[in-house]
Amino acid sequence: MREIYLDNNATTKVDERVFEEMRPYFCELYGNPSSMHFFGGQVQKKVDEARARVASLLGALPDEIVFTACGTESDNAAIRSALEVFPERRHVITSRVEHPAVLTQCRNLSKRGYRVTELNVDGNGQLDLAELERLVDEDTAIVSLMYANNETGVIFPIEEAAKIVKKKGALFHTDAVQAVGKIPLNMAESAIDMLSLSGHKLHAPKGVGVLFVRRGTPFRPMLVGGHQERGRRAGTENTASIIAMGKACQLAEQYMADEAGRVREMRDRLERELTALIPNTRINGGGTERLPNTLSIAMEFVEGEGILLLLSEKGICASSGSACTSGSLEPSHVLRAMGVPFTCAHGSIRFSLSRFTTDDDINAVITELPPIISRLRAMSPFGREFLNK
Amino acid sequence: MWDYTDKVKEHFLNPRNVGEITDADAVGEVGSLACGDALKLFIKLDENKERIVDAKFQTFGCGSAIASSSALTEMVKGKTLDEALEITNQQIADFLGGLPEEKMHCSVMGQEALEAAIAKYRGVEAPAHGHGHDHVETEGELVCKCFGLTDVFLKKVIASNKLTTAEQVTHFTKAGGACGGCIPKIKDLIAEVLGEEKKVTAEKPAKLTNLRKMQLIQETLENEVRPQLWADGGDLELIDIDGSNVQVAFRKACAGCASSGYTAKFVEQKLRELVSPDITVQEVQG
Ligand code: FES
Repeated sequence: MREIYLDNNATTKVDERVFEEMRPYFCELYGNPSSMHFFGGQVQKKVDEARARVASLLGALPDEIVFTACGTESDNAAIRSALEVFPERRHVITSRVEHPAVLTQCRNLSKRGYRVTELNVDGNGQLDLAELERLVDEDTAIVSLMYANNETGVIFPIEEAAKIVKKKGALFHTDAVQAVGKIPLNMAESAIDMLSLSGHKLHAPKGVGVLFVRRGTPFRPMLVGGHQERGRRAGTENTASIIAMGKACQLAEQYMADEAGRVREMRDRLERELTALIPNTRINGGGTERLPNTLSIAMEFVEGEGILLLLSEKGICASSGSACTSGSLEPSHVLRAMGVPFTCAHGSIRFSLSRFTTDDDINAVITELPPIISRLRAMSPFGREFLNK
Repeated sequence: MWDYTDKVKEHFLNPRNVGEITDADAVGEVGSLACGDALKLFIKLDENKERIVDAKFQTFGCGSAIASSSALTEMVKGKTLDEALEITNQQIADFLGGLPEEKMHCSVMGQEALEAAIAKYRGVEAPAHGHGHDHVETEGELVCKCFGLTDVFLKKVIASNKLTTAEQVTHFTKAGGACGGCIPKIKDLIAEVLGEEKKVTAEKPAKLTNLRKMQLIQETLENEVRPQLWADGGDLELIDIDGSNVQVAFRKACAGCASSGYTAKFVEQKLRELVSPDITVQEVQG
């Protein structure tokens, strides 16, 4: 069965060009970039090139790029660093819809005596900047807010948020794992202090991430030992993956227009057709700015896991905002924070597209999903009124 | 992805007996939209009102909820009501070749719907399952507000499935799976079912088994003591437990801190209060 892969916010296919770029760095060019000899030196050059490519995508300087093992590490390192930089400050601000990489860490901090504020979002999943302004104070060490939400694609007004936070003297971090490569970012004209990204969300392999740390931002490393990454992240470089990350960022820069154009059009068409064909749906975050590749659609009176399993039978890979798939039992914390009514919170499905998505993929969903929903609604004690005829 | 057996998948993809029976003798309803799953079971009896001749269901829920409902309707057909009441949630799971533990609540929901239907048919009060907000049960005390579950129901499931951890109770009933606020109460219920009278007063420890005592000591250190030390930049490590003697080593800011003797007293006091009054805490280097 051909897979119709519409789960790119979970992970992406490694671009063949990225794979070709990293391939020699396993068995042939396996040198350690820290070595003094020529053999390590040539790897060092490629790592430098990768750093420059990542920097270019972000509008940053190469020495502001710290390679890590994943987005989660970047998030953890940023927050921990801020707390060490400001040991006397005991307040952290984040939002209720963050990725667990940030949210879990913050909740653990609150158990350790920190004051943690989780900002609310409105029905569209959007932040209230006035609330942020009110809550950030001299005791705030760091504010960590995601650039774009993984479940709904909702984009936060991060630049404005960063300015508010800087004005009050706290550090500002953003988890931009979903945003990088999908919308243009420019750190040269930004107030963001630290920004996380992840390789496998932009067609690089799993196991590599980046933390952007602005020049002049005080930073304390989480991993100590070697002098790698200018002492900001010890440990021998994951050279092949770092080189892959560089290539992926270079490609992402080239494909940015594709995201904004072709990918967005496909997403919009999917959204239009599904809403027309399936009664009683709503688009999560539909009333605010969203990533061009993400569609989170809530369908009343059906449960997400059943939908995903039936889609999967047709080769379609998507993900749900319901919980049954993740092992917990509540609808996702994001949808709950948005106040999505429980009649449809359990039946939310996310389709996330990429540069490899085709019109045929979209057509397949438009053909297969509506009958699946009718079938499950017919089976549901609540869905009977929606039976067509 | 869940590891569903082929039988679960098969019953999910081709569920048997979907629909309603308009002239059903008994209808049992559990769950709600808010809970994330719900089951309505219809039962038709023969003319002597003895044996179940037909059963149908409507289910809102995940794949295994649909499969469990399908299995249930197949299992009850041909049984008398008394025989049907003998069906346990474990049997429903077994019929399907097993369910992932996280999904056992689906089988419990099936069993509950069956009990509710039969109880209603016989005109007796439904047993206090309490599953579902729409029909709040009067019997028993509400333990899990999120899912509307009572202590009577939870204790029944704990006992019949021999559950020993709060996590298992969540997997079997969903209680504790949302806000988690009821988890301490669930732990109490487990202890009660295990026959350990957990009184609020400090006398209970006489009955603590060694194993349980060690668990309690560990839990108390993890949840009550260490977070407080962290707040001051310190930490401790549990080195050994010998009967009632607990040996700990202080770390970080606590290590070599002049007031570590005081800290050891604090730890001891906490353990005496929450575990057993005969506990002594000893600081060791380790
Ligand atoms: S009260 Fe039980 S999970 Fe919230």
